Amino acid sequence: MKYWRRPLDYEDIKVPRGDVFIIEERCKGCSFCVEYCPRQVLELSKHFNKKGYHPPYVRKPEECAHCNFCEVICPEFAIYVKELKE
Amino acid sequence: MEGTELFIMGDTACAEGAIAAGCKFFAGYPITPATEVAERMAKRLPQVGGIYIQMEDELASMAAILGGSWGGLKSMTATSGPGFSLMMENIGLGIIMEVPCVVVNVQRAGPSTGLPTLCAQGDMMQARWGSHGHYEIIALSASSPQELLDITIKAFNLSEEYRTPVLIMTDEVVGHMTEKVVIPPSEKIYISPRRITQEPPEEYLPYLSERNAVPPMVNVGEGYRFHTTGLTHDERGYPVITPAVQKEMMDRLIYKIRDNVDDIVEYQEFETDDAEIVIVSYGISARPAMKALEMAREKGIKCGMLKLITVWPFPEEKIKEMASQIKAFVVAEINYGQMYLEVERSSRGKANTVLIGHAGGAIFHPNEILEVINRLWKDR
Amino acid sequence: MERQIIEDLNGMPGKHPLSPLVREDRMPHIWCPGCDIGTIFSSCLTAIHESKMNPDDFTIVSGIGCSGRAAGYVKLDSFHTTHGRAIPFATGLKIAKPHMKVIVFSGDGDLFTIGGNHFIHAARRNMDLIIICVNNFTYGMTGGQVASSTPFRAKTTTTPSGNFENPFNLSYIAAASGAVYVSRWTTLHIRRLTSSILEAFQKKGFSFVEVVSSCPTSFGRKNKLGSPLDIIKNFHKISVIKNGIHPKDADLDIHKEIVVGKFVDIERPTFFDLLEDIYPPEKEKGNE
Repeated sequence: MKYWRRPLDYEDIKVPRGDVFIIEERCKGCSFCVEYCPRQVLELSKHFNKKGYHPPYVRKPEECAHCNFCEVICPEFAIYVKELKE
Repeated sequence: MEGTELFIMGDTACAEGAIAAGCKFFAGYPITPATEVAERMAKRLPQVGGIYIQMEDELASMAAILGGSWGGLKSMTATSGPGFSLMMENIGLGIIMEVPCVVVNVQRAGPSTGLPTLCAQGDMMQARWGSHGHYEIIALSASSPQELLDITIKAFNLSEEYRTPVLIMTDEVVGHMTEKVVIPPSEKIYISPRRITQEPPEEYLPYLSERNAVPPMVNVGEGYRFHTTGLTHDERGYPVITPAVQKEMMDRLIYKIRDNVDDIVEYQEFETDDAEIVIVSYGISARPAMKALEMAREKGIKCGMLKLITVWPFPEEKIKEMASQIKAFVVAEINYGQMYLEVERSSRGKANTVLIGHAGGAIFHPNEILEVINRLWKDR
Repeated sequence: MERQIIEDLNGMPGKHPLSPLVREDRMPHIWCPGCDIGTIFSSCLTAIHESKMNPDDFTIVSGIGCSGRAAGYVKLDSFHTTHGRAIPFATGLKIAKPHMKVIVFSGDGDLFTIGGNHFIHAARRNMDLIIICVNNFTYGMTGGQVASSTPFRAKTTTTPSGNFENPFNLSYIAAASGAVYVSRWTTLHIRRLTSSILEAFQKKGFSFVEVVSSCPTSFGRKNKLGSPLDIIKNFHKISVIKNGIHPKDADLDIHKEIVVGKFVDIERPTFFDLLEDIYPPEKEKGNE
């Protein structure tokens, strides 16, 4: 992030980190999670699951900020995020 | 105390019977001639800690009593022909979900709006086959306000024992006639308890039972987390759309009643030991039939009577047994032949079956029945 | 009600946080790829979890239709009833178990077309129910026929040249019938939807949450709305939040503007309040 001046509590704020888990066999390839991740952490993979869909994979694991949006927007209960503690 | 003596009409007696049986929820809709049942329930239920709700139509009434029954309350509704037709869809839901409840049909002349204030017995086959799909149902009939009170209590018991909606088929004359009725003291009334499962939640399967046994129910909201559906379902309650599961489920629904017919069926016999002609009747028609029986016996005619208390399942075995011993059945009913068809079928041609029908709107005069008996006796 | 981040209920990292409320032996569910009923269902379960109430105090009743299948996937006491009759069934259930939260999760066709009469009466009575209506403008399960919420001129299988009847404004009907809580969100406003459902749980009386959704398989294809993602992106583009406006001004046009927000949040005595008023809890003894 670019700041015009450094915030006074810059040292105290820690952006949360998240660990993304994908239950591939439930995914139906709708790509809501891919589209609405604010950090573009996910991308549809090239491989197929059993039903022939392309599940997502975590492209940039270090960028995940544990916003959980992929988890709440997924219609299939196929993706969830756990907090990654330092 | 020998019970409470009242001088009330049939509809009111039906409501009192329900209260005596422990009914705590009534969802209804006004319709002549069953409105008085709703009115009495509206007055009495708050007195016994129950709730009366008037729904927007009969479809909602039937759906509401299914919900109330799942929630643990003994539930009932009352209607007549037009409302009965509306309730059919949800009676089907009650059958497939196996929900105990009682539906009263105070019959009036149909079809459609018909004669709202006059009696008939034209819904008997509808009681059996009204909802779509193949199923078994229990239906009872009464011919006096006292009997109506007694069979209402019996209907609640049967519905709990067999986990099925039970229909009470009465008619406008019985519903609106005022007679002495005695409500037995509560310690003398047998009430079948709802069978609740003893299994722990992890092992409980909502519809697991033998072919002719009834699965126990649960109380909603106690952690059993069961699912039930109007779709064909397996023992877990989950919908499974295959012929194999359909057969399993249907076998259970049909045979839990068919195989227990001996415990369910009830009838009354009058002077049938040496009878050669037997009048078969039910509901209000049984009363002029009794008088006709008396008059026939006075004339020396060997006549008897079979009064049906349980109309469905039909007492096939009894009719079959009687048919080989007598000459003729006379079926008196206020329609163009509905239970008559069952009597004829069950007699397997061994006895002549004659119908005394009626278009509806009035009851038989005993002479009408006596005339037919006379004729049969002369021609025998 | 404060939102809290979901925590794994049983401490195991390998399971989805909502697993205790989902019948995982029936996953994957039958909803089409890209169908957002799954998202709305998930939002409802999140709200149940975040309410911190005992989950066994909740029960879900649904009708017939794609949205109605939700009752089969939730791991609570659930009932899948007949078409349009979920609300009276829920009424009976609520009367028998007044302490439980009865949720009716169903679609626009089930609740407003065949079930319209039951909806308005339950709202009039202020029956303590929570109605979650998935509005996908069509009868989805049977292949996309016209329903009372189908937009004017939309193509469906039974209006192949375009629908020439005007649709209902579902939120307006709910408010006019006396609902105490009315809100409308799209599937994309997922967190606000969850908050709305949570507020509805706390509310005493008839609460109605309409969720603007899509049926990409039948309605979407027939009306050339694009892929499921295109439909959601469209919601993003044209929806505008207007909290507190009168529902009659809350337009719903999937090509021009979708007004979402919390429209009605009032207090009114419920069915049980009024019942207790007329029949105070102390029993009157005796027969006539």
